[in-house]
Amino acid sequence: MTILVIARNTFKEAVRDRILYLLFFFSALTIGLARVLAVLTVGDRVKVVKDVGLASIGFFGALMAILIGTGLVYKEIEKRTIFTLISKPIRRAEFLLGKFCGLVLTLAVMIGAMTVVFLFVVFLHTGAFESRMLLAVFFIFLELVLLTAVAILFSSFSTPILSALFALSFYLIGHFSWSIETLIKKTAPGTGRVILRIIATILPDLENFNIKTEVVQNLPLPGTLWLGAVGYSVVYTAFVLLLAVVIFRRRDFV
Amino acid sequence: MGNVLELRDVRKTFRPGFIPKKKEVLKGVSFTVAQGEIFGYLGPNGAGKTSTIKCVLGLIFPDAGSISLFGRSPLDPRSKEKLGFLPENPYFYDYLSAREFLDFYAQLFRVPKAERAGRIDRLLRLVDLESAADVHLRKFSRGMLQRVGLAQALINEPEFVILDEPLGGLDPLGRKDIRDIILGLRDAGKTVLFTSHILQDIEMICDHVAIVVGGRIQNLGRLSDLVSEKILFTEVTVSGVDEEALARFGKRVSIRDGRILLKVFDEADVQPLLDAVRERGGRIHALVPRTQTLEDIFVETVARQ
Repeated sequence: MTILVIARNTFKEAVRDRILYLLFFFSALTIGLARVLAVLTVGDRVKVVKDVGLASIGFFGALMAILIGTGLVYKEIEKRTIFTLISKPIRRAEFLLGKFCGLVLTLAVMIGAMTVVFLFVVFLHTGAFESRMLLAVFFIFLELVLLTAVAILFSSFSTPILSALFALSFYLIGHFSWSIETLIKKTAPGTGRVILRIIATILPDLENFNIKTEVVQNLPLPGTLWLGAVGYSVVYTAFVLLLAVVIFRRRDFV
Repeated sequence: MGNVLELRDVRKTFRPGFIPKKKEVLKGVSFTVAQGEIFGYLGPNGAGKTSTIKCVLGLIFPDAGSISLFGRSPLDPRSKEKLGFLPENPYFYDYLSAREFLDFYAQLFRVPKAERAGRIDRLLRLVDLESAADVHLRKFSRGMLQRVGLAQALINEPEFVILDEPLGGLDPLGRKDIRDIILGLRDAGKTVLFTSHILQDIEMICDHVAIVVGGRIQNLGRLSDLVSEKILFTEVTVSGVDEEALARFGKRVSIRDGRILLKVFDEADVQPLLDAVRERGGRIHALVPRTQTLEDIFVETVARQ
């Protein structure tokens, strides 16, 4: 109940933040520009629209999660609004989870709005409502939920600029960590390979949520892919939130 | 009557900075606040007032000592069910209107929806903000923020209210209004702990007082016990008399527009002084006996440190 009340207030705070609309405007612009790009392309124009559109939703969604998420908790501490909040009968964990849920709700609404624009642009090309695109958007959303948790984790102990840098690094590392697998294959068995294996396990692999190729190319989506992505998102998000709660629980608000 | 709040030897040290340097802000603070009283917590800037309150609210963790709020730990959310708090220099969610703001806090206390609107209207009326109910807090002046902050501190109809500098940023009329609200709370059987730099206000409304200096309680007790009713000196303003003739009665403080202000330290000298003025055909404009005030005790305590 308390988490819901804080989530609702966080949602209100986020949707009254102008940066959200600026990012939405640019994402809609990019999705719209995909149509222009398609005209200039030789080959499958619809594929370009879908690729650019989904990439735009993913990128601007990530920016929203990072830019808003990293400021949410910090602002409460910096502006001392947390003093009044913690003096109420709520647990610190409830505060943090409420912030997380509020931002996830905001992202759901914004991703929903971006998807409407995207599906409309796709409709202009194909003349059909492509429900399969929603699958790719759902996977993007799973990734953003994890990214939100990471942004809140950093925000619980660091400044917004540093938190944004950390969260952005997490996002970039997450999308390129698959290359470590290639490195492992090229490394001779031994200590080096073990160390690389450990690093590969610890680092996030956000490519788990990238099914754009499968969706755009109409390739089959096996159940294990679904289960793997949902499971990965849930477990990783829960772990990051738990870490944030542990750090936040013992923090002095000076 | 039971104690609402008990602090026993509370200690807190901060280690700020990249290379931590110890800063002991509370050096064993102990006091109790009994049910139904107004407790004034005073101290100069940096004495540890806000740090003490933060410990009580669970915003910072004491290194040693114990705190009991309604018989529970401050970290137990149940201890805050009947607590109201107004922070110093309140900053609130400026994207909310006053009504939305109060509704948010009412929901945190699980006040039923049917009850919320009525309670919010009543509180807005109490703090004289009815006309600004739907204005966003970013457009509020400091005094208005203080008022809406007081309303949020009362949203759960608390039994114990902690007010950190509630009279700061208010004009004299606003201060009187808040003072009246605090007295109204006591009349309703509530307990109030408040800090203030404005000693006059504390003197006017507090039952018990604690003076904290350098992280230690230096003076604690009933206000009536702390402040003696003994006359310290008498200020007498006279005119139409030669200044030299009055020198033996007391110390001349000033002469302005022919009026001499004298400080008479011995009560026994007051009547002879008045007789001397009359004999010389002079005029007595004012005679003010000065008893000890809280300010005297405060200044004395701080100076001792």
